[in-house]
Amino acid sequence: MEARLQLVAFTTILRKEIRRVTRIWVQTLIPPAITMVLYFIIFGGLIGGRIGPMGGFDYMTFVVPGLIMMAIINNSYSNAVSSFYSAKFTRSIEEILVSPTPNYIILLGWLAGGVFRGLCVGAIVTVLSLFFAKLQIHNLAVTIAVILCTSMLFSLGGIINAIFANSFDDISIIPTFILTPMTYLGGVFYSINLLPDFWQTVSLFNPILYMVNVFRYGILGVSDVNIFWSFLGIIGFLTATFLWCLYLLEKGKRLRT
Amino acid sequence: MSLPLQIQGLKKTYSNGFEALKGIDLEVKAGDFFALLGPNGAGKSTTIGIISSLVKKTAGKVEIFGVDIDKDFSKAKAGLGVVPQEFNFNLFENVQDIVTNQAGYYGLPKKTAMERAEKYLKKLGLWDKRNGQARGLSGGMKRRLMIAKALVHEPRLLILDEPTAGVDIELRRSMWAFLNEINQAGTTIILTTHYLEEAEQLCRNVAIINEGLIIENTSVKNLLKTLNKEVFVLDLKESIEHLPVVEGYDLKKRDDSSLEVEIEKGQSMNDLFLQLDRHGLQVVSMRNKVNRLEELFVSLVSKDKEAS
Repeated sequence: MEARLQLVAFTTILRKEIRRVTRIWVQTLIPPAITMVLYFIIFGGLIGGRIGPMGGFDYMTFVVPGLIMMAIINNSYSNAVSSFYSAKFTRSIEEILVSPTPNYIILLGWLAGGVFRGLCVGAIVTVLSLFFAKLQIHNLAVTIAVILCTSMLFSLGGIINAIFANSFDDISIIPTFILTPMTYLGGVFYSINLLPDFWQTVSLFNPILYMVNVFRYGILGVSDVNIFWSFLGIIGFLTATFLWCLYLLEKGKRLRT
Repeated sequence: MSLPLQIQGLKKTYSNGFEALKGIDLEVKAGDFFALLGPNGAGKSTTIGIISSLVKKTAGKVEIFGVDIDKDFSKAKAGLGVVPQEFNFNLFENVQDIVTNQAGYYGLPKKTAMERAEKYLKKLGLWDKRNGQARGLSGGMKRRLMIAKALVHEPRLLILDEPTAGVDIELRRSMWAFLNEINQAGTTIILTTHYLEEAEQLCRNVAIINEGLIIENTSVKNLLKTLNKEVFVLDLKESIEHLPVVEGYDLKKRDDSSLEVEIEKGQSMNDLFLQLDRHGLQVVSMRNKVNRLEELFVSLVSKDKEAS
């Protein structure tokens, strides 16, 4: 398939994904906004007021970047996993599989769909956060780069989950039992410097810690981890996940019998 | 000129050990209307699945318009349209989007996709429904949507896996007329069906597949020539209590006012009517008990079972 035709196929998948997200906006865009406002009120306003400063900032300002990142992670993942699994479940994925569209275009299309929703929700949550905290951008390039990389990484994670899933139960197991605990323990609500040495070391094995901290660095200029090595790790992780995902599509794992 | 479809030694064994295809060879010529017949589980859908890339073959070679699917499946698929047995579109998308999206997957620009969608939705009587969600369509309309979707990139080879299953007679006949029209316009068509009347009406050539092997591959005309028995139903003017004795014919009573008779190829029926007349019975109408191809199909499949 020529590159020009591949671009048409890619935009078709992306347009379909955008239409899906905007058609069911009450399910895709509103709930994360409500959840995050509750987080801002409870953790930032009510409890945060009694916690005192963290990382050199008042608690509300400290927690906002983490919450924005959490919204991006959850929504990129859940968009990709639910959309890809629904396509598998309804067999509409076959429409693309029987066409000449190469696997990497299929992958990029769904990936872009996850990023679209992640960024939409991230933007909504950021705007809402301005009612609760004064945000400044310390480093715009780092902020944008880490948002895109994280959103892409978790979209890919969602696609992998959907490829292996055999039922709708399977697409909620990973977010419930793995993703949510990792996010909560990934430095969203606290600086790992508060933890005892052992738990600090354990936390360093959580990839979400690096994404949250790099993003916090982009906004506030503070981080618990080294920015350069974190970025390198995120990009390495992203590349490995992309290649794994592509391998699964090439093999037709649970898509072609 | 390369053939639309050429299959050599195609085998498929599923991960549970089931051998769905045991080495089939098949050739379909350009412009043909070809029937692939077989009982449930014979291997028809597996064959179509392999051609359309949804099933991975175990061994063998498949060429679509001379392009080996192992070498350039993307190129091979560009000229292929597939209408699978199950509905495979998102029921919550609107009808026109489903068709234009399908065009997009084949690289058709938006403008062309819109024009083609209009053309085929109009031809298949779905244009009025274009802005509604697919879940609002009736079963027959969904079937037609599947055909519109498969045609939107104007494939040179169209494969339909039981396209008229569950469709009422009127709609089935209108679909036959439509398929004949696109076949006459140059599209090669391969059809699997359970309605053998459909194959007899539409197709020029036929392959019968049973337990993963092709047991017959010939023209429909030649196949029907091999039919040496036909069963007729004779409707009587008046009802009868007992079966009349008629020599030289295998006669059965169906009910009080109809009989069933098996006639061998070349056997005259004049004597049958004479004998019935002598018994004072008047035949008011006569028809084939079953579709001729159906009879042949059953006999071929059962012969194959006996042989194996």
